[in-house]
Amino acid sequence: MTAVDSSAVAAAVADAHRREWAFVLAATVRVTRDLDVAEECVQDAFAGALVDWRTRGIPSRPGAWLTTAARRRALNVLRHRKVETRHLPLLVEDGVEPGPGDLVDDRPADQIPDDRLRLVATCCHPALDRPAQVALTLRLVCGLSTAEVARAFLVSESTMAARITRAKKKIAVARIPYRVPPAAELPDRVDAVLAVVHLLFTTGHTTPAGADLVRRDLVERSVGLARMLRRLLPHDPAVAGLLALLLLTDARRETRTAPGGRLLLLEEQDRSRWDRTAITEGAALVREALRARPPTRYALQAAIAAVHAESPTWGDTDWREIVALYDLLTAVWPSPVVALNRAVAVGFAQGAAAGLAALDVLSGEPQLAGYGYFSAARADLLRKLGRVDEARSAYEEAVLLTGNAVERDFLARRLQALGPRQG
Amino acid sequence: MSKYLILIYEDEAGYATATPEVMNEVMQEHDTFSSGVERLGAKLLGGEALEPTPTATSVRGGSEVTDGPFVETKEALGGYYVIDAPDLDTALAVARSCPARFGGVEVRPVMTFD
Repeated sequence: MTAVDSSAVAAAVADAHRREWAFVLAATVRVTRDLDVAEECVQDAFAGALVDWRTRGIPSRPGAWLTTAARRRALNVLRHRKVETRHLPLLVEDGVEPGPGDLVDDRPADQIPDDRLRLVATCCHPALDRPAQVALTLRLVCGLSTAEVARAFLVSESTMAARITRAKKKIAVARIPYRVPPAAELPDRVDAVLAVVHLLFTTGHTTPAGADLVRRDLVERSVGLARMLRRLLPHDPAVAGLLALLLLTDARRETRTAPGGRLLLLEEQDRSRWDRTAITEGAALVREALRARPPTRYALQAAIAAVHAESPTWGDTDWREIVALYDLLTAVWPSPVVALNRAVAVGFAQGAAAGLAALDVLSGEPQLAGYGYFSAARADLLRKLGRVDEARSAYEEAVLLTGNAVERDFLARRLQALGPRQG
Repeated sequence: MSKYLILIYEDEAGYATATPEVMNEVMQEHDTFSSGVERLGAKLLGGEALEPTPTATSVRGGSEVTDGPFVETKEALGGYYVIDAPDLDTALAVARSCPARFGGVEVRPVMTFD
């Protein structure tokens, strides 16, 4: 076989890393019964691919090649470490695997079971707190380095390393099993997994702090995870709903800021530049997800996003439909933030006075105290009602509470447009 | 199988003001719990109820003796069970079935030494 150009190999390895990491790691954990050892072996397999594929060519099924390489490496490591292993083994249920005594696992790669659901279910076990679930998912399911995970959440690498180490240690010591939970517990676990994916998306879609509005890498990772879950759980309406929500929201990615970086409202966005492919896919998923009774929160959120995505112009937006969807959403997922968004929709459907009335009911909600979007929504309604002084105070409050520079800049412009305070 | 300790933390005031009927109910619940552990796939190795914290005495640093529990909390350690379970999920299923109407329980793996 002829030697392959090294940049082509590097690209193929990077592509396989993005697509196949979770499958390869999940399959290797079965052999090692230890997350750290499995990670090392998978990293070695990817490093080996960089060399091997140059001389022998890029395999037709890179994932299978990497899985075989990582598992072979794992068997070797286990054989040599057998005596010194002090780790508590991970509990792999029904894992009938060749033991370290066998020379090679010669099972063809296409017969290796897809264990990604086990992997992600373990990362999102309810005995781990949400930050740990998110960190483990990025590290183990997406294959990000600790440094990359730390950057994603704006914490130091040492803080993130400690978080990941603690979570892995708890999995081993408290004996969190490596398995897909039984049917009775599966919906709750899937909820936790979806919450993690959604949190990744929202963190990427509008970063909580910093100069940029969007962290593209996090958005792409979360969409990738949602697609993976959709393949693993094709009949789950919440999964279909979440993937739809991410696709429909992300379809507006090109139009959310002006060339100078200024934030553009839905009202100002050039809808001809929205991603039609994503909208078509998302809308089909919404229809499927809404068939479940009661509809899941993600299906309803996606349905709201679909109303916007499918509306030809801002003026055509069906606000009554949106308010009705928010009413359904409040019923399945009562949350002050949902009530806030509903109040904003009421403001468009029935006028600013009605919107403000719906908003003021929420002013005592502890969850909304210190929430920049609440002050911003209030400011906007007050501005429309011509209550300029109150609007000014609300914008000032919103500016103070907003960590994202692009959003803060937008609010500051609105504040400036109201002119100087009278008297 | 691994050992787990289930620590029961409850508001002692709940028991201090409980009627005899309520106390009977609680005893009944603990009996039902004990006999149900094996059905959940675990084994009950032991457990005790503790006298309330006003009877506690703490010794700090090996010398200083004080009247009262080591840490004052609204919900105090009032009893425990030791179980043998194959994994955390099973231990949590046992914990969920453990009566603690005035509080809740904490599950801790017991350390193993080789």
